[in-house]
Amino acid sequence: MVHCIADNIISCLGFNSRENFDALKTGKSGISMINEQDLYHQEFPAAQIDSDRLQQHTATIKANEQYTRLEQLMILSITEALEQTDIDISDKQTAIILSTTKGNIDLLENKYQGQFKDREQLWKMGEVIGTYFNNPNVSVLSNACISGVVAIQTARAMIESGQYKHMVVCGGDILTKFVVSGFMSFLSLSPNACKPFDSKRDGLSLGEAVGTIILSSEPSTSQDIGIIGGASANDANHISGPSRTGEGSFIAISKALKEARIESSLINHISAHGTATPYNDEMESIAIERHHMEKVPVNSLKGFWGHTLGAAGVIETIALIWEMKYGLVLPTAGFNELGVSKAIQVSNALEEHAIQYGLKMASGFGGCNAALVLVNKDNQIL
Amino acid sequence: MTKLSISTYCHLVNHRVYKDGKLIFEKPEALGLSDFVKSVYRQFKPKYPKFFKMDDISKLGFMAAELLLMDGVHKGFESEEVGIVLENSHATLVTDSSFQESVEDYDNFFPSPSVFVYTLPNIMIGEISIRNKFQGENAFFIFEDFNTEFLSSYIQQLFDTDKINACIGGWINQSATDYEAFIYWVNAEEKNGYKHGPEEILQLRADNKR
Repeated sequence: MVHCIADNIISCLGFNSRENFDALKTGKSGISMINEQDLYHQEFPAAQIDSDRLQQHTATIKANEQYTRLEQLMILSITEALEQTDIDISDKQTAIILSTTKGNIDLLENKYQGQFKDREQLWKMGEVIGTYFNNPNVSVLSNACISGVVAIQTARAMIESGQYKHMVVCGGDILTKFVVSGFMSFLSLSPNACKPFDSKRDGLSLGEAVGTIILSSEPSTSQDIGIIGGASANDANHISGPSRTGEGSFIAISKALKEARIESSLINHISAHGTATPYNDEMESIAIERHHMEKVPVNSLKGFWGHTLGAAGVIETIALIWEMKYGLVLPTAGFNELGVSKAIQVSNALEEHAIQYGLKMASGFGGCNAALVLVNKDNQIL
Repeated sequence: MTKLSISTYCHLVNHRVYKDGKLIFEKPEALGLSDFVKSVYRQFKPKYPKFFKMDDISKLGFMAAELLLMDGVHKGFESEEVGIVLENSHATLVTDSSFQESVEDYDNFFPSPSVFVYTLPNIMIGEISIRNKFQGENAFFIFEDFNTEFLSSYIQQLFDTDKINACIGGWINQSATDYEAFIYWVNAEEKNGYKHGPEEILQLRADNKR
């Protein structure tokens, strides 16, 4: 089994996992109205990282190099997660995998005028992060909104196959004019903070975040939560809309459960993708129902953090780890009344709930879907 | 470890198309990607009008897959058994730049959702999946150069953990000045197959006979 031994989240809700988890427990959304000409010419709701606080933290980065906003966040996030372990990140037995959809895409804006040369290239950004941590083994995964989940599964496979002992998975995306205008043109943004699985849901909210999870072949002393299954699958149906039958998501869950060698009846909690677009949430409810998990508590954290793209799978998996560690199911911010066709159990309040097996779901453009199965070895429910 | 081999491969580069190392199509002059890939479409006639809605790099990936599969190597596999794992160095930066131009200036603001959707490298995986009903594993990785060591061990572990029984692997890249698609079909070892190893894959890529 591959063990989750340390993590960090930097988001609108805080600069480490503890701050984020405490904020999630209160049920209060981190989404607010943003009025920044650099991002969009009109006000729009989004979940934004506090730039003043980022600047204070960035002052602690010791290097001669200048870093972009996303690189700063990744360096800070990886550093804080590493501090919880005694892993030497420059060791040959450790590798880094970055998950992002658009990386430093803000560098295409005219205002940068060639500053940070070539760093809009994702491999170059990976090289910059690797150089900072003195580790050349960096790979970059860019597979739309399932990137984070697939990156964790990739890291897990690299440990299972004996290539590395430790893997540092860092997922991140920031709010940029590119991404905000793109989702606006797609008419997929809600005018308010998004409402996952709700009858009045009307689109997603964007967010920015970076998350790091450190996986190891050895457990840590403080927790023993591991990843025991993971898979991805394609709907083969449409490039920008989910399958009406939840086919790809259903297959990804089936394969992840098969690898974990458990039946869906053993899953105690599901962390859904839950973007709050009408089609995504409906599709996920179908995939959950097809696996007979309608009675399992489900939540989506997009109402807190917004859709953080390449970070989403990482930070939402970290939240799931913390839920498992503390025996809690977090509420679904924005959810009030069930608005999908299958009678799934969407949590709308913080609840105590022992979780031995947790399921993380993700879906994205290109018809891609992914799933992870986690186990809590400290919490054997028999 | 599951023993694997490559049963066929296809290479689109320098306005030429090679299948299993043999030249099967060429244009006499150096064409840009957009014109070249359309000429490949006209030559091989897949009869798939959706092709014309794709951005250039998806068109390139799509046509590479059409030619890879032209002899039906994928027949007999179930949808869920076939994965697609690709790499490149430039993600979708050429398409990204044209989208960025459309949002840069609010006085001349025309972001197009049909361009935006193509600003993710895995969209070409989606296009190939839709065309062929492939529903197995998906991943897109970005490296400075074709990293066959990483890709071959990634695909190997997908077979070893029973996720897939066949896979398209390869490198599909578009930069401002150049393009290349090199893709191959991996399945269980067969007598006439090519070895699925990091060195061997690079050799197949270099093996372009006139």
